[in-house]
Amino acid sequence: MADLVWLIPALPLAGFVVIMLIGRRLGEPRAGWLATAMCGAAFVVTAGVFLDLLSKSGDQRHVTKTLFDWVPSGTLKVGLGFLADPLSITMALFVTGIGTLIHLYAIGYMHGDPKFSKFFIYLNMFVFSMLLLVLGSNMVVTFLGWEGVGACSYFLISFWHTRGEAPPAGKKAFVTNRVGDFGFMLAMFLAFQKIGSLDYSVINAHAATIGTATATAIAMLVFLGAVGKSAQFPLYLWLPDAMAGPTPVSALIHAATMVTSGVYLTTRLAPLLHAAPNAGKTIAIVGAVTALFAATIAVAQNDIKRVLAYSTVSQLGYMFLAVGSGAYVAAVFHMVTHAFFKALLFLGSGSVIHGMHEEQDMRRMGLLRKFMPITAGTFIIGWLAIAGIPPFAGFWSKDEVLLGAFTAFGGLGKVLWFVGFFTALLTAYYMTRQVIMVFFGENNWNRQLDVTAGHIGAGHDVAADHGADHGDASSAAPTGVHGLFGSAEAHVHAAPHESGWLMLTPLVVLAGLSFVGGAINLPFTGSTKLLQRWLEPVVGEAERQVTVGSGTKIVLAVLTAVACAIAIGAAFAVYQLKRAKPVEPAILAHGWYYDEGVSAFMGGPGRLGFEAIALLDAKGVDGAVNGTASAVRGLGTALRRLQSGFVRNYAVGIGLGAVAMMAWFVIRGLS
Amino acid sequence: MILARMQPTTTWYLLLAAAVFAIGAVGLLVRRNPLVMFMCVELMLNAVNLTFVALARRLNDINGQTVVFFVLVVAAAEVVVGLGIVVAILRRKPGATADDIAMLKG
Amino acid sequence: MEAFVFIVAAAMVLAGAIGVVVRRHPVHCALSLILTLFGVAVLFIAQDAQFLAVVQVIVYAGAIVVLFLFVIMLLGVDKVESLRIEPLKIQRPLAAVVGVGLLVLTGGAVLRSGTKTAPVVDSVVKDQPNVNQLARSIFGVNVFAFELTSVLLVVAVVGTMLLTRRPGRGGSVRVSTVSAVPGVSDGDSR
Repeated sequence: MADLVWLIPALPLAGFVVIMLIGRRLGEPRAGWLATAMCGAAFVVTAGVFLDLLSKSGDQRHVTKTLFDWVPSGTLKVGLGFLADPLSITMALFVTGIGTLIHLYAIGYMHGDPKFSKFFIYLNMFVFSMLLLVLGSNMVVTFLGWEGVGACSYFLISFWHTRGEAPPAGKKAFVTNRVGDFGFMLAMFLAFQKIGSLDYSVINAHAATIGTATATAIAMLVFLGAVGKSAQFPLYLWLPDAMAGPTPVSALIHAATMVTSGVYLTTRLAPLLHAAPNAGKTIAIVGAVTALFAATIAVAQNDIKRVLAYSTVSQLGYMFLAVGSGAYVAAVFHMVTHAFFKALLFLGSGSVIHGMHEEQDMRRMGLLRKFMPITAGTFIIGWLAIAGIPPFAGFWSKDEVLLGAFTAFGGLGKVLWFVGFFTALLTAYYMTRQVIMVFFGENNWNRQLDVTAGHIGAGHDVAADHGADHGDASSAAPTGVHGLFGSAEAHVHAAPHESGWLMLTPLVVLAGLSFVGGAINLPFTGSTKLLQRWLEPVVGEAERQVTVGSGTKIVLAVLTAVACAIAIGAAFAVYQLKRAKPVEPAILAHGWYYDEGVSAFMGGPGRLGFEAIALLDAKGVDGAVNGTASAVRGLGTALRRLQSGFVRNYAVGIGLGAVAMMAWFVIRGLS
Repeated sequence: MILARMQPTTTWYLLLAAAVFAIGAVGLLVRRNPLVMFMCVELMLNAVNLTFVALARRLNDINGQTVVFFVLVVAAAEVVVGLGIVVAILRRKPGATADDIAMLKG
Repeated sequence: MEAFVFIVAAAMVLAGAIGVVVRRHPVHCALSLILTLFGVAVLFIAQDAQFLAVVQVIVYAGAIVVLFLFVIMLLGVDKVESLRIEPLKIQRPLAAVVGVGLLVLTGGAVLRSGTKTAPVVDSVVKDQPNVNQLARSIFGVNVFAFELTSVLLVVAVVGTMLLTRRPGRGGSVRVSTVSAVPGVSDGDSR
């Protein structure tokens, strides 16, 4: 069964091809069902492979299936190989599982969109690429998937390309990813040069023997790729803008799957990181800084999706903190739980947006729990999970991450722990703020807004038609013409309505997973640490053993939980009870002006740099080429004078040649 | 006379032939009249003949003289053809010199 | 005695050679050529190549130079060439280089070679008369080359006949070499 691992990406690929060919004829919703079925089938196969691996013993859980020799070039042998081992199957499980749920959701969400089947083409292509990425047995297959998800991300973000902000956001995502990809490529080159192979098994086997400098170089280059793809500082700025894409895209790509590829890659190369302690330290620091940075920005955002976007950046920072500290199991654990609750939160926000007739600004929401009870309930479960309240999944995984940081690097570890701890507080705070603004509080639906404060919801789908996705009777009033970004006039909305079963079912499933997801790695005894035992053959000795006593662990955990509860209380006091002024300074709302800074740099000094290089190309490179041509032409013109046409000149040439040859012979004879 | 007691060695003949050859070569390059150029070619051939005969004598090999025989024949044939060409050209363009055929100018 | 003969003959040869090169009138050049040929013939006899000497006089001086004279007179190429001017400026210096180079190099090679000190051996072909030896060589070892030369002569004669045929007589055979002459109109070829 594990041999069928190649089938896992093949199914979404088949879906992609079929929908591309006959999607328009299939139409809505059959194209969507086909895509969902393909993704679901991939999940079933993944589950089968998973069970097969479970039936094997620990070190046997490692099946490679190479379909064919892809690049047989000299000493480089790269095959299209798939690797089924604990790490890759874990990733594949939640990619296909959550992917299927999101496909289902999208059938409801994209209802009425004129490009319905095209959306599913891209979604299936994305799932295919992501599966290539996680199932690849060598860096090249992973890179193929890496680029594929980047491309799909671009397509999907700018899906509604007639809106003003979507195409630039897509381009931004692609270009920023590219900067990171450059690091990945260099890592591949270096790995090939030093180790001679791009297979993970070979690279990891050699990790101890290639020397710290090389290992650090490769690890840092790989991390550069991860920084781009997983939106860490300083390459995170594409993720908030990527919210211009449809919400299922945000949920799938920018919460659960694509952005975790960086974490996957660094975990896959854990032995390499283990051999490069400085790289690990850098990764942990960058992760912690990103986590804090993004959390501070999220506190002041007003768009429902942007809060979640910055939250994703922050949680990814946690994952890298764990990776850098050597706590790979914690990183993967948090990745899995984060996938559950973040996807849930995004899908929930999508449901809210849909129900509020494409309104995205939280200041115009409120009291939605009365009108969208199921959405509210699931969203609240997601909120509790991300805020780190036991017994929800987020508590256990966040705790593992913080414990890993605490016990690493000596003093630095304690500092990192504190950063993570403070970020957890902020996370609880801003998520509570979001929940209150959206579901509790007062009815602000028709509120007038000052347009300069924060970002108003990114665009409205003017063509949305709320027909079949509502199970219950909805208002028949047509939606008013929505002004685009900048409009401040009040909209007279019909009352918000709950979404249909297509959108609610995934929410419920994900809520359940967010609730019980912690069970995969409860820290109580060795036998409950299922994930740790499962991943052991992959991360092995790279995983740092935690050596603090259980007393310390309990203290830290309780401390974090209590602090988060206090933060929730504080947010409640500010936003619900209105007992204190909200702290939302403009600098945070504008993301510490980082985006503006980058634009200014690129527009100013950056542009000068580009123009200098362009000049160098025109003058230097072109000059050299054209110069060679002119030189040859000049030489030809000069030599042309030899061809005078006069026979006597030619005769003299013959004579001179003869004399020269004779001279050569005579001199040779003399010496 | 001192001269009577000296024997002309092969070297003398070879040097003489070299001199005639050089004179012929210079003449070929300097003169413009096609017929005179041809005569210079004949000079060069004669110099070669002289060399062959001298060496045939020195090396006691009759083949040197055989070569001269054939050179003579070929020279004759060459003169025939060459003069034929010269006649053909000069008939069209009387007073042509070697410099007038310059169509290969590049 | 032999030295005396050599010196006289060498003088004839050199005088004739220089005459060919420097005389302005083509007929004078031809006559100088005859002088050279006679000198070479004498030298041939001095080296026991009697047959070749005779053949040289008969064929070269008697036929080839006569041919030259015929052409000179038929075509009126007897215009005196002015040696003072040289349209191609670089020609004379380079010609000097070639001449001097040839002379020096050949002479130097000859002088350095081993045949110099030995006096001319008197016994080249003493056992048999020169003609017999030559005949044995030509008709024996080199008979194939001999036959080829006869073919060569025939081809040369026939070819020249074709070359010099006046066009328009017995078919319009155009001679390709003539078209290389610029400025030639076909007007006079009727």
